[in-house]
Amino acid sequence: MASTEIMTVNMGPQHPSTHGVLRLVIELDGEIIRKITPHIGFLHRGIEKLSEHRTYHQIIPLTDRLDYLAPMSNNLGYVLAVEKLLDIKVPERAQTIRVILAELTRLKSHLVWLACHALDIGAMTVFIYAFREREKVMEIYEKLSGARMTSNYFRVGGLSAELYDDFEKDVREILDTFPGYFDTYEGLLTKNTIWLQRTVGNGVISAEDAVDAGITGPALRGSGVNWDMRRDNPYSGYEKYKFIVPVGEKCDTFDRYKVRFVEMRESVKIIRQALDSLKPGPILADAPQVCYPPKDSVYNTIEGLIHHFKIASEGFPAPVGEIYQAVEAPKGELGYYLVSDGGNKPYRMRIRPPSFCNLSAIEKMANGGMIADLVAVIGTLDIVLGDIDR
Amino acid sequence: MAENHRAIVKLREKFADSVLDVKEFRGEITVTVKKDNIVAICTFLKDSLNYNLCSDVTAVDYLGSEPRFMMVYNLYSIPHKDRLRVKAPVEESDTVVDTVSTVWSTANWLEREIFDLFGITFTGHPDLRRILMTDDWVGHPLRKDYPLQGPDREPYQGRLS
Repeated sequence: MASTEIMTVNMGPQHPSTHGVLRLVIELDGEIIRKITPHIGFLHRGIEKLSEHRTYHQIIPLTDRLDYLAPMSNNLGYVLAVEKLLDIKVPERAQTIRVILAELTRLKSHLVWLACHALDIGAMTVFIYAFREREKVMEIYEKLSGARMTSNYFRVGGLSAELYDDFEKDVREILDTFPGYFDTYEGLLTKNTIWLQRTVGNGVISAEDAVDAGITGPALRGSGVNWDMRRDNPYSGYEKYKFIVPVGEKCDTFDRYKVRFVEMRESVKIIRQALDSLKPGPILADAPQVCYPPKDSVYNTIEGLIHHFKIASEGFPAPVGEIYQAVEAPKGELGYYLVSDGGNKPYRMRIRPPSFCNLSAIEKMANGGMIADLVAVIGTLDIVLGDIDR
Repeated sequence: MAENHRAIVKLREKFADSVLDVKEFRGEITVTVKKDNIVAICTFLKDSLNYNLCSDVTAVDYLGSEPRFMMVYNLYSIPHKDRLRVKAPVEESDTVVDTVSTVWSTANWLEREIFDLFGITFTGHPDLRRILMTDDWVGHPLRKDYPLQGPDREPYQGRLS
């Protein structure tokens, strides 16, 4: 018997399959992983600290930069939190548009997950295809808000602007074409022998361990926990839509892959229902002390201009109190904990990032496996470092 | 309504001496307890009342008031689908809290983050190191007396809101 010794290998922070600036220090016994020490914080921008010095509206663009693959989900969680703190009711049209955009964002985020996950394991075709389809969602983002990634489209109390004219046509085109694209991706992967060998039985974590480790979102449902906040603690009118919450059985990378695929198909169904129920109406709440006035009145009346100026410069005071609002972001539970001291800025804003808690379970999932499988585990966790480091 | 909440009734029964305050705001229940008993309370909440998911652990710095820090645990029960917030005050002279990473392993990284950004230490924590800032960083950025622009710099003269 040859003697063996533990070798320490450094992976990242510049490594294509760590999905950003994640550094893993891995202790190896041959090819077997014995210990993983993640090092994070390379992308820490202090968003929680910055938020304590900005008015409630000025924080929305900061939230775009958390999970930069799903900016509208981050915006949604934040504006819902502030609306809960202020206790204002958002008109139905704004709620429905928010649901449509949040689900488009889920499609966009899951497409990047699929593309990068497949590329990491060696399926390059899927990567090119999925990015092609993601571009269609990005185009809607761009027409809607002027930005492809940092959308900053939602406002406290509603939306920043009415939809553009061809919005419904663009979204319907996505709804009609995407299920066919999903079939194509599944045709390339689901029965592919290499794909199966790399994903079945990889990164197994039991339901109990997953809950204990704080894993949320599709990664948790892949372990068989039937919990989705859109259904169980509905917000923004999700209770009106019918959709299936998929769960896995074998708790491995392949089951999480299947769960995310069903989620994408369900998102298409939710968007279709929401689009069918979309009716004309106001897009901002009737709360003049909080919401920006319509542009027409800002440009043409002195009262409107002063109103706009007051909200843009001073913001609005929020009642003393503390609230926690969570949404089902594409990656899991995204929570905002706001503490208000009655001023126009949050006294403390805590962001509960889904990727942070998901990543903390990596050691449980990859320990004892091969180093080549670690890449598949990182891919299946679907982490974004902007979300982890904040 | 807060007094009838399933967790509050049980906590009042079992940990009558530890419960300091119960509040309801916008339908959310917050219970403030003494920090000495936090591990026993959390274990009870997890084992007997099914608060199996520890959504979040964080802290708030109330600079200028006593006690200065507040630990905040946002808990969720997947079987019952309800939330509970547990808070525990921490004195500035004694910024030590028992770790709950033995109850929920999520708390491991979350408590490291609090240690990093607030300087609260956790007894019994398996791996208490800085997590977001570099190992040689001085100070705790989320404390209210830590300047926004960082230490040893002129205060920012531009306009911040």
